Amino acid sequence: MARTSESAGPMKKAVVIGGGLHGLSTALHLQRTPGWQVTVLERRHVGRHSSGVNAGGVRRLGRDLREIALSVVSAEMWAGIEKIVGDDCGFRATGQVKVAESPADMAKNEARVAAVKALGWSHEEVVDQAEVRRLLPAVAPHVIGALVTRDDGSADPMRTVMAFRRAAEQAGVRIIEGVAVTGLRATADGTIIVETDQGGHEAERVANCAGAWATRVARMVGEEIPCGVKASMMIVTERLPPFCDPTVGATSRSLSFKQVANGTVVIGGGHQGVNDVAAETSTVLFGSLAHAARISCELFPVMKGARMVRSWAGIEARTADEVPIIGESRAMPGLFHSFGFSGHGFQLSPAAGAAVAELLARGATNLPIAAFHQDRFTRAA
Amino acid sequence: MSEVDILVLGAGPAGMAAATEARARGFSVLVLDENARPGGQVHRAVEARTVKDGQDRDGAKLAAAFRASGADYRPDATLWAVEPGGKVFWSEGGAARSISAKRLILCAGATERPVPIPGWTLPGVMTVGAAQIALKTAGMVPEGKAWIAGQGPLLWLYANQVVARGGTVQGVIDLSPPGGLARAAWHLPNALRAPEYLVKGLAWQQRIRNAGIPIRRATRLVAEGDGRLERIVIDGWSRPADLLLLHDGVVPNTQVTRAIPGCAHEWDAGQRCWRPTLDEWGNTTVEGVLVAGDSGGIGGAKVAALAGRLAAMEAARALGRLTVDQRNAEAGRTRLEWKRQRAPRRFLDALFPPLPEAAIEDSTIICRCEEVTAGRLRGAVALGCLGANQTKAFTRAGMGPCQGRICGPAVHGVIAAARGVDPAGVDPFRTRFPTKPLTLGELAALAS
Amino acid sequence: MFRRTEPTDCTISWEGRDIPARAGESLAVTLLAAGVTAFRQTPVTGTERGPLCLMGACFDCLVELDGQQNVQACLAPVRPGMVAAMQRGARHFHQSEDAA
Repeated sequence: MARTSESAGPMKKAVVIGGGLHGLSTALHLQRTPGWQVTVLERRHVGRHSSGVNAGGVRRLGRDLREIALSVVSAEMWAGIEKIVGDDCGFRATGQVKVAESPADMAKNEARVAAVKALGWSHEEVVDQAEVRRLLPAVAPHVIGALVTRDDGSADPMRTVMAFRRAAEQAGVRIIEGVAVTGLRATADGTIIVETDQGGHEAERVANCAGAWATRVARMVGEEIPCGVKASMMIVTERLPPFCDPTVGATSRSLSFKQVANGTVVIGGGHQGVNDVAAETSTVLFGSLAHAARISCELFPVMKGARMVRSWAGIEARTADEVPIIGESRAMPGLFHSFGFSGHGFQLSPAAGAAVAELLARGATNLPIAAFHQDRFTRAA
Repeated sequence: MSEVDILVLGAGPAGMAAATEARARGFSVLVLDENARPGGQVHRAVEARTVKDGQDRDGAKLAAAFRASGADYRPDATLWAVEPGGKVFWSEGGAARSISAKRLILCAGATERPVPIPGWTLPGVMTVGAAQIALKTAGMVPEGKAWIAGQGPLLWLYANQVVARGGTVQGVIDLSPPGGLARAAWHLPNALRAPEYLVKGLAWQQRIRNAGIPIRRATRLVAEGDGRLERIVIDGWSRPADLLLLHDGVVPNTQVTRAIPGCAHEWDAGQRCWRPTLDEWGNTTVEGVLVAGDSGGIGGAKVAALAGRLAAMEAARALGRLTVDQRNAEAGRTRLEWKRQRAPRRFLDALFPPLPEAAIEDSTIICRCEEVTAGRLRGAVALGCLGANQTKAFTRAGMGPCQGRICGPAVHGVIAAARGVDPAGVDPFRTRFPTKPLTLGELAALAS
Repeated sequence: MFRRTEPTDCTISWEGRDIPARAGESLAVTLLAAGVTAFRQTPVTGTERGPLCLMGACFDCLVELDGQQNVQACLAPVRPGMVAAMQRGARHFHQSEDAA
């Protein structure tokens, strides 16, 4: 059986399953906790699926009310991300804007701000037509206002993955790529053996950060957690002159629209492709992706002539309520789940990783994750 | 029209032959081709030219039969996506269209292997294939400070065509690694099953010498100039130049097949390129998707036309028009000729192995679109990138509008050489639909 | 560079000057025959580029054609009187496209 080589001394061992952003963040925070040696097991390569190819939105705006508290912690971490991982991850606080296209949209946004304020948060505000046109000079005339979080923004997903990887490795995390987890087994002395196609790893604590494949890991210990999969499609265009700083969404239509520093525009919004979890592939459906193109062209008429140069879909776990699952396994003590971020986990990754690392290290955390336990699905079922 | 029996991509020799054969068997056939006229690269503009040689005769015959076949032929049509189940998307006349096909026969031809020498991005540096297109479509020949450099059969063929049309170049710079003949001799007996290729090859070089064009062997070639090509430096010897035509053989165009989920590709160690995994009828590993011609492995125009017919016969079997026995019987002669025409290939592959990627200098641009040098790729490998998709995320190499069409083989080779591993073990670029850019406005129109 | 061996039959406009052409041939070939090698400036560093492959693969022959940007000159058939210019950097927005 393969053992970690750094076994000298009283270090406790942890294994993180999954080399996506949540796995890397969890590993980084736990490794920085005195007394822990962390190994990340990644079946393909770090950032292979959603982590490396998502829209890069760093957004509190419009989140499920249960997610806001953790999202606010994360926002503070993003503001100082360079201190955490030694790189700015391409993060720019250029704002997030959800445009309103009708009086009904405006009313919806007003109600939303009231609901968020009632919880004690003030990062979301409603702006009028003049202000939305100041923020988005190229926006179509029918847009009459917006919901805005001015210090939200966006980051470069692949750069972020690589920065977390580097920081984790510098802290002492062992990252093993190309290794597939095949089983989990509890030992008599209370540890867990993580079995792989290349030998086993013994650990006191294990984190399941396997994204779209996390329910399979849970199933290995006999735990059935209801959770689906999504393959959100994205479009990237040719380079365009700078015309849009904030990341843009729409109040009653599915869109995420962002011009990145090199001038290309990245368009998403949760339009679904087809995924094949077993084959680890996803397929773009153009009839469906056409809706993202149509909404973009209607909100930004300059986009009609812009050329789309690529499209893709990233596989990600989606829970029934689109809020993540974070909590200790009910079947195997010492195993902690963190997955099901449902296509908006990028912003949450610094804080969620810190929370899960605390769960691994001391079984509890003060970070606001209580609403995310999988019991909310399994008890109801 | 929302459905068609057989959709053929490409109107080169393979596509024209496949479409003609499929029509003869009573299928509805739609042919999409990016060019304005049928012929593909080798028979480009063949209908408009006076027939000069055997190759022209073959092309003219194929094109005439294709025109008469009754296939729905769409020139200036660019396929950009294939969805599971055979739904195909393309752009034509500024509008996006789609159709469902029961069988796809993809005949996308070949592209030239890149020749990344220092300065190859300067205006005035082009490929030999490009110059041949200018010759075939507009009767243009090089003259003045023009040079040809590289290796491979097409280079010698083109130089001959130039001489025949009254053009000239300052010289042909032969960059082929020494020892080609010794390596290739092993395959000579097989090559002699179709000796016409070898006889032609030897005659080509002689005719160039007879025309007074010097042939010079060299190992290092640099293109230089301020904003455009002004001179080339051949092993340290500087000569004025305003046109440099490069060539290092051709590779299958797998841009579409690689983007189809589940369509397996394999490394061809002899031709040093990726090609789709095919059975002898052209079936890929995806039901209903067939490949014929050079996009399934380099074989040349004759092999392509034969493969196109075989693929159409197989489609006829799959769609219930022929039994297996009928297909085999009717394919008999075509199959024999297909085998004979393929015989010299290993000899040619061994004679002209591609120029070694390890020798590309660090400062030389590999990805022309995003202007990424070999040195940056090697740097990404040093940071742990194992394949082309990871170096793409790191460096943007392969992310520009050409989507890795040009730089793909070079990026792959540079990574393999930098890692010191067999190229077969290095992931090539994953391609994505749309394989050609289309406007958001075109795509948006599909939503209504 | 190149010399034509066949006659031209029309003209097109390139960067404001008339260039002899043959209807139906590709715009890229027309320009090369007239000695034009620089078709565009790259969006990355602004350096000049001309066609490499002439078969639709390289995207180095991008031009602005009759007001449309980033057109592959090698795939654009010549029509008499067409107006073409260099593609300078990335796509830019025309006045009419400005929503501001």
